[in-house]
Amino acid sequence: MSFWDLIVSLLGQGLVITLLTTVLAAILALVLGFIAGLMRLSKNKLVRFLVSIYVEVFRGTSLLVQLFWIYFVLPMFGITMTALTAAVLAIGLNFGAYTSEVVRSGIQSVDKGQIEASIALNFTKVQRMKRIIIPQAFIIMLPNLGNQLIELFKSTSLVALITLTDLTYQANVLNATTLQTTQIFTALLVIYFVIAWPMTKGMKLLERKMTEGRM
Amino acid sequence: MWDWNYAFEVLPEIASALGVTISATVVGFILALVLGLIWTLLIRSSNKIITTVADSIVKFIRNTPLLVQLYFIFYVFPQFGLSLDPFTAGVIGLGLHYSTYLSEVFRSGIESVGPGQWEVATALNFTTKKTWTRIILPQAIPPVLPVIGNYFITMFKETPLLSAITLVEILQTAQNIGAGTFRYTEPLTIVGVLFLLLSYPASIALRQLENRVTARYS
Repeated sequence: MSFWDLIVSLLGQGLVITLLTTVLAAILALVLGFIAGLMRLSKNKLVRFLVSIYVEVFRGTSLLVQLFWIYFVLPMFGITMTALTAAVLAIGLNFGAYTSEVVRSGIQSVDKGQIEASIALNFTKVQRMKRIIIPQAFIIMLPNLGNQLIELFKSTSLVALITLTDLTYQANVLNATTLQTTQIFTALLVIYFVIAWPMTKGMKLLERKMTEGRM
Repeated sequence: MWDWNYAFEVLPEIASALGVTISATVVGFILALVLGLIWTLLIRSSNKIITTVADSIVKFIRNTPLLVQLYFIFYVFPQFGLSLDPFTAGVIGLGLHYSTYLSEVFRSGIESVGPGQWEVATALNFTTKKTWTRIILPQAIPPVLPVIGNYFITMFKETPLLSAITLVEILQTAQNIGAGTFRYTEPLTIVGVLFLLLSYPASIALRQLENRVTARYS
């Protein structure tokens, strides 16, 4: 096969799974990250403690180990899932832990005067968070969230190791059948780059748009 | 479901593979530090071609997955007559990948050194080499030490990827044990616990270093 045929073949077979895993895991990570990040700022010591266990366990162990654990160990306890579910769960939980730190530090870096002003204006706690704190914190978080999205996208290549048929998995299959090793892995690198690079650029653009006239 | 006897039986074998994991981390990190500094200096070069080429290479490496890079080094290099054993290939992959992140850290460190320092070095007639080793780097590196340390821990946690290119580190050892006994629960859990036991204290130590650095430099 020619280099282009290889690229087309890889894209046709693996792109959807790679992108699907990225999007689902990113949504899960963002939701978990916000929940855990807000809970870390709770006044309740027990809540803070429980969340810190989640964060430290998922940050302190390796993503690949978590992926294997969810896919190979959980079935021993009667929890069986598809490779896609396991992949989304592992990547989402892992990146959610990192995102929670971004959310926590983002919220903490909002100027104190903003909280005082919202109290003075008689905002409820929920209103204060929703209308005043989070919109400002989100802009502070944006560069970090963007970086994490790129890292998350790249980490989806690990799912090939639990037999999910993403780009990397298909490259290995193609390599075994055609033995065009050099072209296949070059094509694979190029594909990942061509997706990740515009993502990096896009996040920078979004950042600039959101901060326009604010910072 | 969880068998303590079995866990204690497999623990020594897994723990003994920790040596491979740690040496891959250390050697890979040294490579990343050296290469990272080289990228930074090349990107700062006054020669536009060198800057563009180095910058493009760094961007390409940063925007592709480490796992694929490992496959590339391990499976493609031999096609050109360069066969590497899994450890060497893994260390090169880790070092190369993280050098691009460290280069960014070095850059921010160097940029935080005030322009006056460069002027002083010129005024004192320091050579380029002396300017870097005596003036710039001693001021650029300490403030970014916590970030560098963070990457060390991150890299340590990425070493299980080396099992994909057949390096028998702790995850692969656990997998091998599991494949032999059909019991993955204990071996895989032990691997997770070992990572946590090593990386958590390291990150706490790093936080203390960070506090000291912030107290001193800001």
